[in-house]
Amino acid sequence: MIGLPFVYTIAGLMFAAFAGLSAVDRSNRKRVGNAAFWGLMAVSFLAGDALGDLGNGLLVLGLVALAGIGALGRGAPVTTTIEGRRAEAGARGNRLFIPALIIPLTALAGTLLLADIGVGGAPLIDPKQLTLVSLGFGVLIALAAAMAWLRPPALAPLQEGRRLIDSVGWAAVLPQMLAALGAVFALAGVGAVVGDLVGGVIPDGSRLAAVAAYTVGMALFTMVMGNAFAAFPVMTAAVGLPLVVRQFGGDPAIVAAIGMLAGFCGTLMTPMAANFNIVPAALLDLKDRNGVIKAQIGTALPLLVANTLLMYGLAF
Amino acid sequence: MLVLSGIAVVVVGFLLRLNPLLVVTVAALVTGLAGGLDLPTVIAAFGKAFNDNRYVSIIWIVLPVIGLLERHGLQERARQVIGGVKAATVGRLLIVYLLFRQVTAAIGLHSIAGHAQTVRPLVAPMTEAAAENKHGDIDADTRDEVKAYAAATDNVGVFFGEDIFIAMSSILLIKGFLESNGIIVTPLSLSVWAIPTAIVAFVIHGFRLLLLDRKLAHGAKAAR
Repeated sequence: MIGLPFVYTIAGLMFAAFAGLSAVDRSNRKRVGNAAFWGLMAVSFLAGDALGDLGNGLLVLGLVALAGIGALGRGAPVTTTIEGRRAEAGARGNRLFIPALIIPLTALAGTLLLADIGVGGAPLIDPKQLTLVSLGFGVLIALAAAMAWLRPPALAPLQEGRRLIDSVGWAAVLPQMLAALGAVFALAGVGAVVGDLVGGVIPDGSRLAAVAAYTVGMALFTMVMGNAFAAFPVMTAAVGLPLVVRQFGGDPAIVAAIGMLAGFCGTLMTPMAANFNIVPAALLDLKDRNGVIKAQIGTALPLLVANTLLMYGLAF
Repeated sequence: MLVLSGIAVVVVGFLLRLNPLLVVTVAALVTGLAGGLDLPTVIAAFGKAFNDNRYVSIIWIVLPVIGLLERHGLQERARQVIGGVKAATVGRLLIVYLLFRQVTAAIGLHSIAGHAQTVRPLVAPMTEAAAENKHGDIDADTRDEVKAYAAATDNVGVFFGEDIFIAMSSILLIKGFLESNGIIVTPLSLSVWAIPTAIVAFVIHGFRLLLLDRKLAHGAKAAR
């Protein structure tokens, strides 16, 4: 049966290649840090299940230490020139979007079509991980198609991938780390404690008040932290799951999906989300550094109300 | 009550702008310790959770494909497409960009455009030009407002398009979080529920862009 290990192997080999190519990249003063960071990620993906829980914990502390001391730099792999790219963009046209389109289309088609395919009674693909396995296939097919069409040097996809992952840096692991934090919260019973606190404030039996407490809470907490990903495990453990899902019987997929989007409304309204709101104001030479936020509030507030009503109307 | 100290660590750590990976890890350790676990047990629990949630990070396997396409002009092509838009007014131009951004983000191409890649070099100058064509000379405040709307439109488009992509990291984070709370959901069942909000976001922001057109026309008339 093909399952997550298949996708993890792809990811592990890719991170291993990033680590190796980083190690020999003389353009990056901090190449040792990059090689160590992506190397640890490769170990995690290729051998995480064999490390044991404490081993994985120490691996995480290693990643955090590297990020915390600023050990990562940015590699500068040899790539094509702007002029060359512009000319190729003109010549190749919109067909350039096709390989990128293969990935989500394969993931979608695989999810919908591969569920019932089996070998000798057992399913060919782990039914619980159909989408992610299909995504893995999609990447391999897209890569093969792009290589056949564009005929770049053999190492080009890995070097270009490394260029992109270096521009993301340690932030590439943040969502996974936040998911792990959510798991620790669940273990320690954080949700139950906050649920009791918030439950006392919300009028008894008011489903709308519970939904609004979650969506508005997501937006406010996101504004404080500048990051909906960070707010999500906290607010969902505190209000979303105990109140909206368990007490009132909301569908967890709908509640969580719309809850995250309510958080995004908060992102539109906070200077703490500097990348989205303050950096562009600087890039565009705006006199008012909060100019972008001011242009967004009129969209964010009604959209937050809409998300609240959507959750209220769809999740029950 | 003590188990809430982890939440306090997150809030204070982010406010102080410390490295987020560090903040999250300290928050996890503090929460576990406050919950009565000893240090090695907490580290092991966090390590197990990290290992169980690896699929949140597998979205990065798309990077070699996207990088390769960028090497052959993907971003430049996106710019040519946007640059070729013929729209008579600021609002209509930004509505087309909003749609472009939502649709491309929904198929996983959220990084082909952005404030540095497209807004500054392309969308902002195009909106300024559209404003001048339609309304004549515009004052500095109006110019700033028009540019701010260009950046705002980029944010709204990508925020409320990307979650439709089934392998977006936010979708996988949700899946991982629910799973550690004993609820199994598929990425597809999450991403379809991003569609209603995406439509509402398009309608609300699109309507505001049309209002911006009216406001600009009004301002130009008043100045004359």
